[in-house]
Amino acid sequence: MSIVKTKMETRDLDVYYGEKQALQSVSLEIRANEVTALIGPSGCGKSTYLRCLNRMNDVVPGCRVEGAVTLDGEDIYDPDLDVVKLRARVGMVFQKPNPFPKSIYENVAYGPRIHGVAQTKTELDDLVRQSLAKAGLLEEVENRLEEPGTSLSGGQQQRLCIARAIAVSPEVILMDEPCSALDPIATARVEELIDELREQFTIVIVTHSMQQAARVSQRTAFFHLGILVEEGDTEQIFTNPAEQRTQDYITGRFG
Amino acid sequence: MSSPLPDDERARAAEARIKRRYRAERIFQICGVSAIAFALFALLALIVSITYQSSNALTHTYVRLDVELDPADVDPRGDGSPESLAAGSYRGPVRDALRARFPDVSGRKAKRQLNALLSDGAEYALRDEVAADPRLIGQTTSFVLPMSDDVDLFLKGDIRRDVEESDRKLTDRQIEWIDALVAEDLVSHEWNTRFLTAGDSREPELAGMQGAIRGSLLTLLVTLLLSFPVGVAAAVYLEEFAPRNRFTDIVEVNINNLAAVPSIIFGLLGLAVFLNVFGMPRGAPIVGGIVLALMTLPTIIIAGRAALLAVPPSIREAALGVGASPTQAVLHHVLPQALPGILTGTIIGMARALGETAPLLMIGMVAFIADLPSGPSDPSTVLPVQIFLWNDAPERAFVARTSLGIVVLLGFLVAMNAAAVWVRSRFETRY
Repeated sequence: MSIVKTKMETRDLDVYYGEKQALQSVSLEIRANEVTALIGPSGCGKSTYLRCLNRMNDVVPGCRVEGAVTLDGEDIYDPDLDVVKLRARVGMVFQKPNPFPKSIYENVAYGPRIHGVAQTKTELDDLVRQSLAKAGLLEEVENRLEEPGTSLSGGQQQRLCIARAIAVSPEVILMDEPCSALDPIATARVEELIDELREQFTIVIVTHSMQQAARVSQRTAFFHLGILVEEGDTEQIFTNPAEQRTQDYITGRFG
Repeated sequence: MSSPLPDDERARAAEARIKRRYRAERIFQICGVSAIAFALFALLALIVSITYQSSNALTHTYVRLDVELDPADVDPRGDGSPESLAAGSYRGPVRDALRARFPDVSGRKAKRQLNALLSDGAEYALRDEVAADPRLIGQTTSFVLPMSDDVDLFLKGDIRRDVEESDRKLTDRQIEWIDALVAEDLVSHEWNTRFLTAGDSREPELAGMQGAIRGSLLTLLVTLLLSFPVGVAAAVYLEEFAPRNRFTDIVEVNINNLAAVPSIIFGLLGLAVFLNVFGMPRGAPIVGGIVLALMTLPTIIIAGRAALLAVPPSIREAALGVGASPTQAVLHHVLPQALPGILTGTIIGMARALGETAPLLMIGMVAFIADLPSGPSDPSTVLPVQIFLWNDAPERAFVARTSLGIVVLLGFLVAMNAAAVWVRSRFETRY
């Protein structure tokens, strides 16, 4: 393997929701241009961890984050850092497809528009088409860009949300169980897409499906009760985990 | 409890349970349907009775008279200028024209009774026609002039011939004259267009709602301009940005309490603060509008917050996720989604403000005002107050006008509710 570049890193990350501690001293490296899967039983803190990476936890009342989170070596919890810029660099795709109740075109064009990425209408048109193409959706929606995004099927909506995230050219894309609301065929499409996107973006994906983690990721981190139990190459985690708890979880003994 | 019952007994019990369940469902549905039927019946009874009572005010009785326009009467300066015509006396020519029909009437009392057949508005109607066409001066022309409210009531059967003369507003002699006019086919019924175009008057046949309509529109305009932006801003801040703490809790509880405050309290506030402290004009739509805006604010805030709360949080997350600031997320995505609900709440609040009387009584919008208001600081009255005033008036012809006023007010309310429905369907995006 060539030189491994660290894109994001957390050191001794503690997260509290009010009195309750949701994450305990999590230190993890996210490698550039790889897919990192976060697995673990419900309530283990993997979604909380994901939302720390672009500060989506800021809007949760009572949430407190301690420790360091860096993006390219830069502390993202620095009070001087603009959270809007951060979220443009670290995009997010949510569990339930949540397109804006606007046209397909407007869904993708919204991000570039507020960030002033595209200067002219033609540039914006090109950007929208490129993003849709990268998300593998362009062929299906080419002739109906003005139709509402909500008129698409669930799988198409999720790919639209991915196109929307791509459109602002983020460096990292966070995905919070992106396939949990999709049927197996749509899931397969999205998984293929994730594998293609890896060339350009760094991807962190939370998933409940062990098979999905094994299929799409290069690195896997296993969380349990707010603690990062084990992390490593996906192949190693699934074939030869170091920890008994990991072994028990991936073989379906609990969780 | 597994009592070992025989199978057939168990089946019977089950059957009885099913029957009981069906009966309960039937009774429940009958209750619901009868509640709706009762409400519909009450509504229908209200509409039918008001419409029926108002029908008399839809037309008014006019008489055709040949009036001789002597320049000495109608053009005192003799130059035919509008000022001169306005200063002229038209009462004499009108009365002479009527008296010419009944040359045998003599004596002060009889003449007064004869004159009473004509409306006080007859001379003004004549003046308006002369002003429109001064060439009529010096000629004898046939004019259609309004008769008095009592004649109108008599011809519509509300003053009855078979009542004792002393108990009736028209004397036997007056009735004879009316019969004579009818026999000569000089009497006609015309649409009562004055009702929508004229201001208030002590004479029922001259009274109109235009002043009250304008007053209501001006008042509602002030209310809307104040309460909508303030209400939406408050709702958005409280729902989307305000931290949850004791202070915002207190604000929230108080807004909910304000929505339940009797409206007359707001009137007292307006009287004490706007009139007495700030010295604003008495009975002006601007003050009424401010008072009603205060009354409507809680409604708009509560409806606005409910509409904002109903926007799925996933929309906010999506916007934040592509790097929109919280303000952009709200302005670009949440607020447009919530707008139909906010507008519906606003229009309902406006409809309530339109029908409000009590607070306006406190700030002097209850006076008799014959002039049409031309701006928000002119004294004026509003539709429900106008209805209230007419309801108090002693003249019997005001009964029908009160009802017709209610019909007009209901028309405005229906129009506003229709607007609410239209706005909802226009702005609502299917999710």
